[in-house]
Amino acid sequence: MPSEFFIPDPEGHVPSAEGYFGAYGGKFIPEALVAAVDEVAVEYDKAKADPEFARELDDLLVNYTGRPSALTEVPRFSEHAGGARVFLKREDLNHTGSHKINNVLGQALLTKRMGKTRVIAETGAGQHGVATATACALFGLECTIYMGEIDTQRQALNVARMRMLGAEVVAVKSGSRTLKDAINEAFRDWVANVDHTHYLFGTVAGPHPFPAMVRDFHRVIGVETRRQLLERAGRLPDAAIACVGGGSNAIGLFHAFIPDTGVRLIGCEPAGHGVETGEHAATLTAGEPGILHGSRSYVLQDEEGQITEPYSISAGLDYPGIGPEHSYLKDSGRGEYRAITDDAAMQALLLLSRTEGIIPAIESAHALAGALEVGRELGKDGLIVINLSGRGDKDMDTAARYFGLYDNGVDAEVAADADSDTAEIEGDAK
Amino acid sequence: MSGNINLLTDTLAAAKAEGRSALIAYLPAGFPTVDGGIEAIKAALDGGADVVEVGLPHSDPVLDGPVIQTADDIALRGGVKIADVMRTVREAYEATGRPILVMTYWNPIDRYGVERFTAELAEAGGAGCILPDLPVQESALWREHAEKHGLATVFVVAPSSKDERLAKITAAGSGFVYAASLMGVTGTRESVGAQAQDLVRRTRATGTDLAVCVGLGVSNRAQAAEVAGFADGVIVGSAFVKRMLDAPDDAAGVEAVRELAGELAKGVRGQA
Repeated sequence: MPSEFFIPDPEGHVPSAEGYFGAYGGKFIPEALVAAVDEVAVEYDKAKADPEFARELDDLLVNYTGRPSALTEVPRFSEHAGGARVFLKREDLNHTGSHKINNVLGQALLTKRMGKTRVIAETGAGQHGVATATACALFGLECTIYMGEIDTQRQALNVARMRMLGAEVVAVKSGSRTLKDAINEAFRDWVANVDHTHYLFGTVAGPHPFPAMVRDFHRVIGVETRRQLLERAGRLPDAAIACVGGGSNAIGLFHAFIPDTGVRLIGCEPAGHGVETGEHAATLTAGEPGILHGSRSYVLQDEEGQITEPYSISAGLDYPGIGPEHSYLKDSGRGEYRAITDDAAMQALLLLSRTEGIIPAIESAHALAGALEVGRELGKDGLIVINLSGRGDKDMDTAARYFGLYDNGVDAEVAADADSDTAEIEGDAK
Repeated sequence: MSGNINLLTDTLAAAKAEGRSALIAYLPAGFPTVDGGIEAIKAALDGGADVVEVGLPHSDPVLDGPVIQTADDIALRGGVKIADVMRTVREAYEATGRPILVMTYWNPIDRYGVERFTAELAEAGGAGCILPDLPVQESALWREHAEKHGLATVFVVAPSSKDERLAKITAAGSGFVYAASLMGVTGTRESVGAQAQDLVRRTRATGTDLAVCVGLGVSNRAQAAEVAGFADGVIVGSAFVKRMLDAPDDAAGVEAVRELAGELAKGVRGQA
């Protein structure tokens, strides 16, 4: 019986033998890692061809993760999106609270097949770290998670979750002390411990085969969404929208729709305080092609190839790179990428919470804010699907400070904005 | 003007003719300042180094340990630019006549332009480049321009490199082969593993004419003597940088570099 949830793309968008999607991808890695990265590629090819691997992964995705994930229509939210019909793909309802578990379970099974006993991973918001720590607990693997020091502070709840699951969490103090630096440190660990350690990379970037492999593990998101939407709405959407940091949840949603040329694929990048301020992480909007973390793709860099420090209120999107397949989709025009500010994302987070009773992650809120724009452009005949990639529990401290939700002593950073928007929402509800 | 690949090859051959290993020192440009870095490089050569690798600092040095990360960070905060690296190479070469290489990551060169970079490096008197995150299968464009401008392409080999890959790498490389003594990032180590000797043996077994020099972890005279027992060259980086970081002032740092180079020069001559 063919696998229902592990659905690697049989044809189309397979990278070249050297790992390129057009001009992007490749393997820019130190010689010490060449053998290990090649081993991952060989083992993954074997696993893809092995029905037993698909059966094991399917079983986990159904009985552990809870797939298929729900598709929820959000009519009260859509009143603010020009009246377009809006559906959310509920990856936030997966075990561990985000889409990240799809990839992690696949790579954890691969780790076992390679006979490795230790897993390392980077994490920004902590969602990939929590998912990885979870899989390591499940499979009895030793686990070390690298996380930028700034992110350990703004996502303290997820640090506690990882430690509860038995993982060692290392706060990385170099560079911008965010996701980029966590990846640097994980690579340093991997070079030294590669004989028994798998680097369970969390997004569709890095050296080949990671961009294609991680994409394959998330491809189920779009496959399910496409089927569910055809059943529920009777047609394909006008736009599929997702947030993009490294790009894993976006490629997971987009991929099954690539042949459907009538479906716009829209990625929402973090504009931080505004692209014009320089304080952002909008790699495809403001970057140039370069090499970061093992592959060629768009990168935020200066004229001498030094990587510039990114900024976003969202730890999961605060990254100066992007997966190579997104760069390919951008250049080909098949993908559209727009930049969403911190403020627009936070207002969308509040709006979904108050209209639908769903608190999204700040990452996913960037996609919601993008959908509000796109919905107004499409009008009431429009049909939009958004990947709600994660839930917002981890962000409650950031959100409470932003909106002034604590009782005493903590000033709201934008209380006035929150009040006015809340008033508008409450007014609409009456 | 053509680059100094022949000067590099001749220097390594001359050391071999003397029945010893060559001493190759690594120091980052712009650390602690551009001029201070040039003084440190001259001191390393004056103290006994045969060849110097000038680091072009990068914002994301994924193959470097804490010591070189700290130096890179100081250099970048000081505003070091590629033009400063070129000036460092030029002044070190003009003052000493020794082979000067650049070691960096691929993105700065990719962004600057391969032709522009190789032309400027050759013009400054440079001898070649070591690009540890540019593996052989991605290196065709680089090698085309390096060859055109008379610059060596020094590839890194690692204990994990399979024999068939070693053959590919030695066939594509020039100048010398950089054999990583262990699996890990730059930094000083208590001991240099037996892995290093085996890697040198396997690299030579490809039939290459290139000198095989060993780096990563070597920090003192005894280790240099040990490595000199089986390798054509001994590469030392973090130990020099650490001396400078630990020195009370820049002048003392330069003297500490000269002193360490003198110690290591005895080591590569078999005087443990």
